[in-house]
Amino acid sequence: MAKADFKVPELQEYPEIPALVEGTMAHSKPFLSKPEFQAELGFPGELVDGWEGKAIAKMGELLGKYRSFQVYLDSCVKCGACTDKCHYYLGTQDPKNMPVGRQDLLRKVYRRYYTFAGKYFPKLVGAADLTREVLDDWYSYFHQCSQCRRCSVFCPYGIDTAEISMAAREIMDSIGVGQKYCNEIIGKVFKIGNNLGLPGPALEDTLEGLEEDVLDDTGVAVKYPVNQKGAEILLVTPSADFFAEPHVDGLIGYGKVFHEAGVSWTLSTHASEAANFGMFIGSYENMRRVSMRVREAALELGVKRIVFGECGHAWRVAYSFLNTLAGPWDFLDPNYPVPQHIMEFTWDQIQKGNLKLDKSKNDDKVLTYHDSCNVARASRMGDKPGGQFDIPRAVIKAVCNQFVDMPADTIRESTFCCGGGGGLLTDDLMEVRVKGAKPRMEALHTVVEENGVTHMAAICAICKSQFTKVLPYYGMDMDQIVSVHQLVSNAIVLTGQISEEDEGEAAEEEAED
Amino acid sequence: MSFLTVAFAALFYAAFIVLVVGVGRKIFIFAKTPAPLKIPTTPAPTTQSGVVMRMFREVVLFESLFKSTKWTWLFGWMFHMALFAILFRHLRYFQDPIWAPVDWVSPLIKYLAFAMIAGLLGLWARRLLVDRVRYISAPSDHLMLLLLLLIGLSGAMTTFVVHTDVVAVKEFFRSLITFSWGSVPNLPGDPIILIHLLLVATLMIIFPVSKLLHAPGVFFSPGRNQVDNPRERRHIADWARRLEQQQ
Repeated sequence: MAKADFKVPELQEYPEIPALVEGTMAHSKPFLSKPEFQAELGFPGELVDGWEGKAIAKMGELLGKYRSFQVYLDSCVKCGACTDKCHYYLGTQDPKNMPVGRQDLLRKVYRRYYTFAGKYFPKLVGAADLTREVLDDWYSYFHQCSQCRRCSVFCPYGIDTAEISMAAREIMDSIGVGQKYCNEIIGKVFKIGNNLGLPGPALEDTLEGLEEDVLDDTGVAVKYPVNQKGAEILLVTPSADFFAEPHVDGLIGYGKVFHEAGVSWTLSTHASEAANFGMFIGSYENMRRVSMRVREAALELGVKRIVFGECGHAWRVAYSFLNTLAGPWDFLDPNYPVPQHIMEFTWDQIQKGNLKLDKSKNDDKVLTYHDSCNVARASRMGDKPGGQFDIPRAVIKAVCNQFVDMPADTIRESTFCCGGGGGLLTDDLMEVRVKGAKPRMEALHTVVEENGVTHMAAICAICKSQFTKVLPYYGMDMDQIVSVHQLVSNAIVLTGQISEEDEGEAAEEEAED
Repeated sequence: MSFLTVAFAALFYAAFIVLVVGVGRKIFIFAKTPAPLKIPTTPAPTTQSGVVMRMFREVVLFESLFKSTKWTWLFGWMFHMALFAILFRHLRYFQDPIWAPVDWVSPLIKYLAFAMIAGLLGLWARRLLVDRVRYISAPSDHLMLLLLLLIGLSGAMTTFVVHTDVVAVKEFFRSLITFSWGSVPNLPGDPIILIHLLLVATLMIIFPVSKLLHAPGVFFSPGRNQVDNPRERRHIADWARRLEQQQ
């Protein structure tokens, strides 16, 4: 088990809603962004003079720009429907981690400055001035929200805490209080092209290495091209796919699928990152600037289609926002949706019978599937609502013999976030990440015990990194998290591939000689 | 005209104006504020008619609340539906002649007062007994329930306990809505009906500055009213388009 300087929650066989305990996570704060990173994104370097007034003015600006923000602040009736829905509340018992508790940190200030009742009867309606303590609470608790939207499913008005926490982060950035992890990463995307700061030559080296590995494994020369002009498909994938485990096994899988489908494809060093952290900080301008790289790369390389790799919130931005932020896509092939998810592409190939699959290659595993929050509740795949649940499962079932779903209230639209989404995937937030993973760990543990599940597949770079780190805290193994395209990669039999039996025979013949 | 009658007439005109102007202003703000991004909570309908159905289920059946908490759904749904039925029945106090459907269902609907009161008591019990709901409750949340409960109780009393002179009350409101100020009849001096009317006027005045804005709000919630078609159609707000033109 991984060592922790905090108490790791115990998994319960029958999860209960815990009693609230005030202030358990008040100490949790991410590192502050340094002035140079703030400047890169167009934010002040440190807390500005007269920040109270400026924050209130910024709130007013956002109220005029986002209907969600205005309607959600006005509409909450404190019914309590959301109070037991957030994984961070379930894992920490801190009432400010209940969705409505988190929203109220901002709503009480909104009421004080922007509503009649809050101006004249603040105590009656729970309105409060913006003070240093309130700002500290904002910084702490709006960085304990992974913007997973689980609360919005259960709210009778569809109030989405993600919208509130994005606005809160935008307000904080505007007065010089930024989060190091997100803002540094966005800076790297602007400078280098991806979140990890992986420069072009390093990326080319990595991809060459992958080609060699696949050739060694299969005897087939599968290409992993980059910056190839005139390719049909531009693949935009999270940069973790270039080297992290189990992400890279997924990337190997995409390449094999493209190879068998017989389409030309390419990565781009200019847009070598699917993730868009501009969303996490609620900044339309930054989100747009990050998105424009995809448009520029597509134009520069002259591709006809855009496909996104396995990623969660990146798919939200791609599916729901890319057309808005970087469209219109009138220069691409109109026969395909823009963009497509790699899962849609692979499922289409499977249905057309273009892939030869040997399911038994995954017989050493019993699989379950983790619906990534932003894919589940903020996007779609295919042409029917719910395709984002059905298509990945269909792909898994096409390449694996043994599949079991986790309990119904923890999957599909009710899925629990991994605990590391929304800009929280940083070591300075490890406690909230581990505790927030509890509901998912409980559900996984249930199918491990009852159905002998050995592995959990996911299609999000953040989920994969988070589980790799968090599984050991709960006495499970980091290798239990796998990429869906890793399973595809295992099962796919490439045209002309040397099978293990062939290899065995060849070895025997060699021995005889 | 008694002083009481004049005071109540003025109060109801004022309350009506505050309600209509206040809620109208808020609806105008909701409507004119752009929604720059597609953010329906998915899975979401892919057509406009699908969205109408989703909104219908949300508003009439409280679908999301049902998914969330069965007790809150039960009490909340019971209260709201009883309230709407009772409001419908109240049309009889303003119409002359009374619209036939109102007349037909009136004898049955009056018993729904008990469902409304039971629903409110259930909601209040949750607010007091469940630690999470107690934590998020401001004084106004309790007072709102108290106000609605007193409206329900006083209204039920005029029907089931101390019969009020309904005909006189109706004539009072008829003359207000027809602006027949010369012939406003005196309100009956019965304290129960006066309390009922006073509380209703209070509710009307509070409506636009309180959480009762959830009633128009739900229709403007982008999480519920947007069509899931971002790849098919480019969705862009005016302020975002201006941003594009600057660069």
